[in-house]
Amino acid sequence: MSPIQIIFILVSAITLGSALMVVTTRNMVRAALWLVLSLFGIAIHFVLLEVGFFAVAQVIIYIGAIAILMIFAIMLTRRIAQDPGPQTNSTWPIAAILALGIFGLIVFLVQGWEKAAIQPSPFPAGYDPLRELGVALVSANQYLIPFEIASILLLAALIGAIIIAWDKK
Amino acid sequence: MADPVTFIAKWLEGYLAGLGLSSGWISVIQAALGVVVLGSAVLLVDIFLVWVERKVVARFQDRLGPNRLGPFGLFQPIADVIKLLLKEDITPQGADKFVYNLAPILALATVIILWAVIPLSVTVVGSTINVGALYIVAVGAIGTLGIIMAGWASNNKFALLGAFRMVAQMISYEVPMVIAILIPVILAKSMSLADIVQSQTVWYIVLAPIAAIVFLIGAQAELGRAPFDLSEAESEIVAGFHIEYTGMKFGLFYAGELLHALTFGGLFATFFLGGWRGWGAETYPILGIGYFFIKAMVMYWVIMWIKYSFPRVRIDQMLSFCWKFLTPLILTVLSITAILDKVMTGLPYWIYVLVMLLSNLVILYFVIQAVGRYARKERQKVAEPEKIRVAFPVKSSTSTSQAS
Repeated sequence: MSPIQIIFILVSAITLGSALMVVTTRNMVRAALWLVLSLFGIAIHFVLLEVGFFAVAQVIIYIGAIAILMIFAIMLTRRIAQDPGPQTNSTWPIAAILALGIFGLIVFLVQGWEKAAIQPSPFPAGYDPLRELGVALVSANQYLIPFEIASILLLAALIGAIIIAWDKK
Repeated sequence: MADPVTFIAKWLEGYLAGLGLSSGWISVIQAALGVVVLGSAVLLVDIFLVWVERKVVARFQDRLGPNRLGPFGLFQPIADVIKLLLKEDITPQGADKFVYNLAPILALATVIILWAVIPLSVTVVGSTINVGALYIVAVGAIGTLGIIMAGWASNNKFALLGAFRMVAQMISYEVPMVIAILIPVILAKSMSLADIVQSQTVWYIVLAPIAAIVFLIGAQAELGRAPFDLSEAESEIVAGFHIEYTGMKFGLFYAGELLHALTFGGLFATFFLGGWRGWGAETYPILGIGYFFIKAMVMYWVIMWIKYSFPRVRIDQMLSFCWKFLTPLILTVLSITAILDKVMTGLPYWIYVLVMLLSNLVILYFVIQAVGRYARKERQKVAEPEKIRVAFPVKSSTSTSQAS
């Protein structure tokens, strides 16, 4: 086994294990912290795929923004930090069967997909995937329109937040 | 002899290959050893920083500082460490033990992993990832998490309040600081810190002085140092998020803060002062490490200078300074830099430098004018005689009721 494979298995185990802890632990703040670990595991997977930009973006957006916002929300409402109620309801067997079915389907599809067996090869010299991504986002025949629509959506959300927080006098 | 680090790395590679290991394992072992060596070296510097900080603050306050143990009190930090190790380790009742113990480790670890991308010399770079500038932002986000964990797990209202303040401050000041980092990225046309240093034939503090100042202010706030030390305002919330920590657990926060200050000094040197660049650093990489640490220490001294000279600001002043002043300013500078950079492609470099500097100075002039006008208005408001405010206005006919 190559070291990359060992790291992959370890990181995957940690990611999945902490994802499981997110839904099983009873303390909400701890659940959020387990979620952070799980998201961090995904970032390491991106590193293993040699897309450093996605790894860093994953950490900035999911841990730096979303997880911290969630922890803040949980902390400010301290009474819900401990949830004494039951953690499952009567539909859990159906959910389990569905989840297992989808997992089996994904495994089946990946088994039959010939591209899944391709070994990763290093980038040719002078090739900067980040630059390619940047160019692709602003060139008209690639992803310019989705990029601009996303920007307008974010701008609208920003203005909306200001209007909600506006002190009307 | 000019480049011992690369020499040792090469020798190790040859030795491990001689043992018959595959190249994958060799790189893993080298990386692991590199992490251990860099982390230990940084922590050793950290012990020394305790002495530096105490000595410098003593000078700023017209004292002598530690001067009993060893020459110039140099062994004082060792005594400090022993004292911290021997202190009683208290875990408050109702604390979340696991999170409570994890928080100081995370606080120090997030500072150490920043060093992974800082180029110490032309050949001595932890990792040459092409998104180094963003990596620093990402690590800062994890540092915020450590503070939230400490504040929440302590089961103490003051700790939680301190953590809230600190996080509000860090998230706010991250915005101007990240945009300030973007300006060297635009100038160097790369996010890799090694490339940013490599392209600084003229230090970027000349090309982007406003970005440098904003970065310094943002760093000060990110560190939670005065004038932005609201998270540990003694008169308001005792000690902030680390109020319940004792002994070495507090020591880890303290060491993390000192090292963080030096790290930001190093980052400032990397982004704006040419990092390891200096006379002969290209041919003798070992000199580069020296230059880098001199620049980092100078910036660390500036950070201390600000810390020990300014009083604490109020929380509303702190937030409005960030959102109403720094963020619009740095956004303006960013757009102007980006436009000028595109306009001036193909021109000789000295014109490029001159125009960048002039544009920054023009912006600075208008900013100072605007700030001066604002300050005059505020002063006028304060100088006006205040109307006497009465909590319960009393009519003249009933004013004698007190006597009865």
